[in-house]
Amino acid sequence: MSSLTMRPCGDFRTSYKQDNTIFETKTIRYAAILSIIALCFAPLLVDSYFITLLIQISYLGIAALGLNILVGYTGQISLGHGAFFGFGAFASAWLNTSFSIPVFLCIPLAGFLTMGVGMMFGAPAARIKGLYLAIATLASQFIIEDFFARADWFSGGSAGSMAEPINLFGFVFDTDQSFYYIALFALVFMYIWGCNLMRSRDGRAFVAVRDHYLSAEIMGVKLNKYRLLSFGVSSFYAGIGGALYAHYLGYVSAEGFTIFMSVQFLAMIIIGGLGSIKGTLMGVIFMVFLPEALEGGVGLMKMTEWGNIPMVVDGLAYIKEMAIGLVIIGFLIFEPEGLAHRWTQIKNYWKFYPFAY
Amino acid sequence: MNFELLIQLIVNGLIVGLLYGVIGMCFVLVYKSTQIVNFAQGEFLLIGAWVCWASLIYLELPFFLGFILSLCFMAAFGVLLQMIVLRPMIGEPIISVIMVTIGLSIFFQALMKWIFGVSPQSYPQVFDTQSINIFGLNIEMAYLMSTVIALIIMVAFYLFFKHSKHGLAMRATAFDQQVAQSLGISVKQVFAMSWGIAATVSATAGVVIGMVNGVSDSLSIMGIKVFPAVILGGLDSIVGAIVGGITIGVLENLAEFIDSQYLHIGNMYDIAPFYVLLIILWFKPYGLFGTKDIERI
Repeated sequence: MSSLTMRPCGDFRTSYKQDNTIFETKTIRYAAILSIIALCFAPLLVDSYFITLLIQISYLGIAALGLNILVGYTGQISLGHGAFFGFGAFASAWLNTSFSIPVFLCIPLAGFLTMGVGMMFGAPAARIKGLYLAIATLASQFIIEDFFARADWFSGGSAGSMAEPINLFGFVFDTDQSFYYIALFALVFMYIWGCNLMRSRDGRAFVAVRDHYLSAEIMGVKLNKYRLLSFGVSSFYAGIGGALYAHYLGYVSAEGFTIFMSVQFLAMIIIGGLGSIKGTLMGVIFMVFLPEALEGGVGLMKMTEWGNIPMVVDGLAYIKEMAIGLVIIGFLIFEPEGLAHRWTQIKNYWKFYPFAY
Repeated sequence: MNFELLIQLIVNGLIVGLLYGVIGMCFVLVYKSTQIVNFAQGEFLLIGAWVCWASLIYLELPFFLGFILSLCFMAAFGVLLQMIVLRPMIGEPIISVIMVTIGLSIFFQALMKWIFGVSPQSYPQVFDTQSINIFGLNIEMAYLMSTVIALIIMVAFYLFFKHSKHGLAMRATAFDQQVAQSLGISVKQVFAMSWGIAATVSATAGVVIGMVNGVSDSLSIMGIKVFPAVILGGLDSIVGAIVGGITIGVLENLAEFIDSQYLHIGNMYDIAPFYVLLIILWFKPYGLFGTKDIERI
């Protein structure tokens, strides 16, 4: 079955293995491999500004996938993901400068440190859920943010801390083009890891906890363990994403990791589709390109006769923020299943193409 | 030990706590009757305060006229918001509902910054004397007014829910939506009304705080600070919101006092309520007065 090239019009899978493949058909697998190869050549083809956007997509995408594992697959809510992202960034810089651990080791270590912190703050999840959990994670967001501002030994306080570029066997990844390959590798690696996690027993347990936690517990899924584990995995991803961010920019300051960032992560996975790995990536791409599109729109407006309204040109930063709010509301009202669902619908339409019914 | 400062801080805490209580009450009202957690509560304060400010500055209305105008505006705004944005969300999972209100909060916060700018603006002088002296304590006139208004709102809430027909309908809806609907209560109307009331009352609090500190987008932080208060009291208890509000108000001032006198950590005023919040959730997840969820398969 997995050797099929086209998707069949119906469900003919007969074994568990067939039901569980990452790529449904050969074509999709080849397309995925080809697109990764094509992405490898991207620095030669597109300008460096586009490369920075792609790098942004990759580190945000890794962190957003973590949040989707927590929110979309396990059904917990976290409003503190931005703080965990920031924690990963500071932790990696701190490990590197204080203990002079090589950077490429710092990144996974920062992931594990963030995982520990995430599990600590996720611990109330063993007892509470839904709304109360949302508010508890909101509190953790503020507490971690406060910690960044105060802990000079860890974050450099208000001055921020420096993060060295990645240095692998004497080759320094300090340009956008070279860092792009690190980011691409990390993104592909973490996404394959995420796919595989969701195919394993633990992944199914997450989904069971989300769908009906009482039934899951009756069937022998340890609720507390999996809720906590999900927080751990999610913060691990956030930490890795944050660490990449830190070593990409070379400098981390405490201002960026606010509740607004946490909300943006949530917006990404809602736009992409809760509980969908490829949806996560779609949502991240959407959210990264949204401000660019707005900027482009204002740029176009400047050329026309209404382009001189100072309100619009000066208020661009606010318009971007408002657009994020509007997009969240719009998607939740009109497309609550996200882009991944829309994609499935388009695919289904073409599958039966001339004979829709 | 600086007793004078301590007492002044406690009194301030009580006054601010009453305001937290009022905002918390709106929050609980919305949650109880519509099952929606309103993360945009702080923006209600912000919008109310800005509208009142604009009507005083641009329309040059006398204070009480402007105040009433902004309250009317906010009532309409709350009802419209419920009808347009939140009605489609009925029956959606918690995460979606939370995210819609967060989206609203981001949207309106940015909109207000866009329209009115980021620098704080102060209200024109409303009272002749800025502060008065009661038993050797300096209390600002606006705070005194806020206490009076808070108490009036609380009494009005009590009378409304206890003795009016609409209040009874709202209590019935909060108790059981389906039963209320089958008895001929318009649940839609109740939902719209609770959002209208919440917006109006929060706007009152916004104007009062704006009169003391000036209006700026930091007002919307009040909407987040009210979470510790309502969690302490229990998300669905109006009495709990008041008790929680006063407790948190006093507590943050006490934390400030201890910090400034002994610990010198800094920023305790803002962050202490959140530590308290986590501790409460650890030990008493449903707050002091909240109803426990009982789930069956």
